Amino acid sequence: MSAAPSTDAAGRAATTRAPMLVVDRLTRRFGGLAALEDVSFDVPTGSICGLIGPNGAGKTTLINVVSGLVPPTDGRIVVGGRDVTGRPSHVVAAAGVGRTFQNIRLFNDLSVLENVMVGWHLRRRATPIESLLGLPRARREEQQAREVALGLIRRLGLERLAGTEAGALSYGDQRRVEIARALALRPKLLLLDEPAAGLNAAETASLGDLLRSLRTDGVTLLVIEHDMELIMRICDTVVVLSFGRKIAEGEPAAIQRDPRVVEAYLGEEEEAPTPDARPHPPSPSPACGRGGEETAQ
Amino acid sequence: MLEFLANNASIINFVLINVALGLSIYLTLATGLLSLANAGFMAIGAYTAAILASQLGVSLAVSFVVALVVAGLVAFPFGLAVLRLRDVYLAIATLGFVQIVNVLALNGDKVLRAVTGNQTLTVFNGAEGITLPYVAPGIVFGLPETTWPLLLYVVALAAILAVLRRSHEGRVLAAVRLDESAAGTLGIDVVRYKLLAFVLGAMMAAGVGALSTPIIRVIDPRNYVFSRAVDILAYAVLGGVAHWSGPIVGATVLTLLPEALRFLQERRDVVNGLIIMISIIFLPRGLVDPRFWGGRVRPWLGRRQLEPENKVTA
Repeated sequence: MSAAPSTDAAGRAATTRAPMLVVDRLTRRFGGLAALEDVSFDVPTGSICGLIGPNGAGKTTLINVVSGLVPPTDGRIVVGGRDVTGRPSHVVAAAGVGRTFQNIRLFNDLSVLENVMVGWHLRRRATPIESLLGLPRARREEQQAREVALGLIRRLGLERLAGTEAGALSYGDQRRVEIARALALRPKLLLLDEPAAGLNAAETASLGDLLRSLRTDGVTLLVIEHDMELIMRICDTVVVLSFGRKIAEGEPAAIQRDPRVVEAYLGEEEEAPTPDARPHPPSPSPACGRGGEETAQ
Repeated sequence: MLEFLANNASIINFVLINVALGLSIYLTLATGLLSLANAGFMAIGAYTAAILASQLGVSLAVSFVVALVVAGLVAFPFGLAVLRLRDVYLAIATLGFVQIVNVLALNGDKVLRAVTGNQTLTVFNGAEGITLPYVAPGIVFGLPETTWPLLLYVVALAAILAVLRRSHEGRVLAAVRLDESAAGTLGIDVVRYKLLAFVLGAMMAAGVGALSTPIIRVIDPRNYVFSRAVDILAYAVLGGVAHWSGPIVGATVLTLLPEALRFLQERRDVVNGLIIMISIIFLPRGLVDPRFWGGRVRPWLGRRQLEPENKVTA
């Protein structure tokens, strides 16, 4: 994980190119409720974009729509110049979009190594027949998948756990396996849904380093996160959602001072504390411990 | 030994037939599909082979291949139509398929007569089914020559499943079973892999149907209905689907148990049922549950996998 200052500068320079992700007037309604209403923003290629907002703001819905798990009611999604609006998730993945889930969704009965090797699926060319017969191409690709997966497992510091069943891992380790699995498909755009939830301060810091090193490798990131310290440290731009609408967009420092953002998080108040001062009530879901946030403060 | 084999040839045959059927449903269950269609595909295989043999005198080897092709051609469009269903809904739809196949077998001659205009044409022979002429099978290496293809078939299916388990496709099918949405976000075309498992499973069942014809000789439509579909599922449930050897054990136990309990006479069905209930209650993941046996057997083997020590250091 090399996050030297120079790479940071290179990363920011790259953000001037055409956007990797264009979200254009996106709307998603569930029955009468608008989870997303007319949301538009761009994520520049090679940048890290933070997606923040109070609980129920529509952040996860946005990532679900972009990754093809939920079709939009209206609007357009363009990834790397390719319109993927309403396409099924495996087509969106083939367009170069990887993602993780807020409520971790690993293949629990498979080992860590197998989980990550499944992520390599799109690179595979050998047919099932070739696999069954053990033909050279299938064996070569199996070996390749194993090497790539082991490389990613090492990069995420999971090498001692490669043979362990994913379901038996600790929460923080599961989060890292999920990132490794998403990286195995070599995404151009990586969508992370609360990657720091449940991590302690040290783990969160090394996650930040990892995300910056991914940007250096040319991966564009869209990160949902409640840990404002992390958002401020790694993001080039931040988009703020509230009640399904975009209420602000800009550089992290400007967002932090934006009165609309402060209001969205805290309601109308005279005082204007920074959003990282307990921006929302603790999540009711016991699966999503907020340990990271607490230790980070 | 040879004498034992010859004397118990019919039991061995039924064990092999049921083991192959258990393996055919394993593939769909391992993909998370609760499909009961395999009784219908077994009927398709059996009827295809029996009709080819009785009408055209085709050899078993050729009719076996034709049966696989026919089953594949039926399974593909049917799978496309029903594989968007899940769980019990898929089970009901596939049971409907079993029923349709049964009705077609019962009334196939009416259809053929209407199409050909030949009012005496008898191919399916309705509720009586097709009866193949009896040919005393020769004994080869202690087993009837009709048993050998079945035995080889079971070995081949087990080998395919063993290779599949360790292959990329095996991992993908497991991924589809464990979390379909997550699999989709990794670029896996879920419908395509479900279809692959469904069509392969259907062909496996049709293969057993074809190879069973010289043994059972009477292709009775009542053999391929609801009760057969449930039997096949029971093999997999009792044995477990954590590993492909589960359905083998399940089918063997469920076929041999009634034979072994013969001495109990009229009470044997009760004891048979009790044994199955008790084993399901205490081994809900099946008789072959690596997690259950792994912890018990490993200490004696002295061979261990990576996990336990890693759990400690993690």
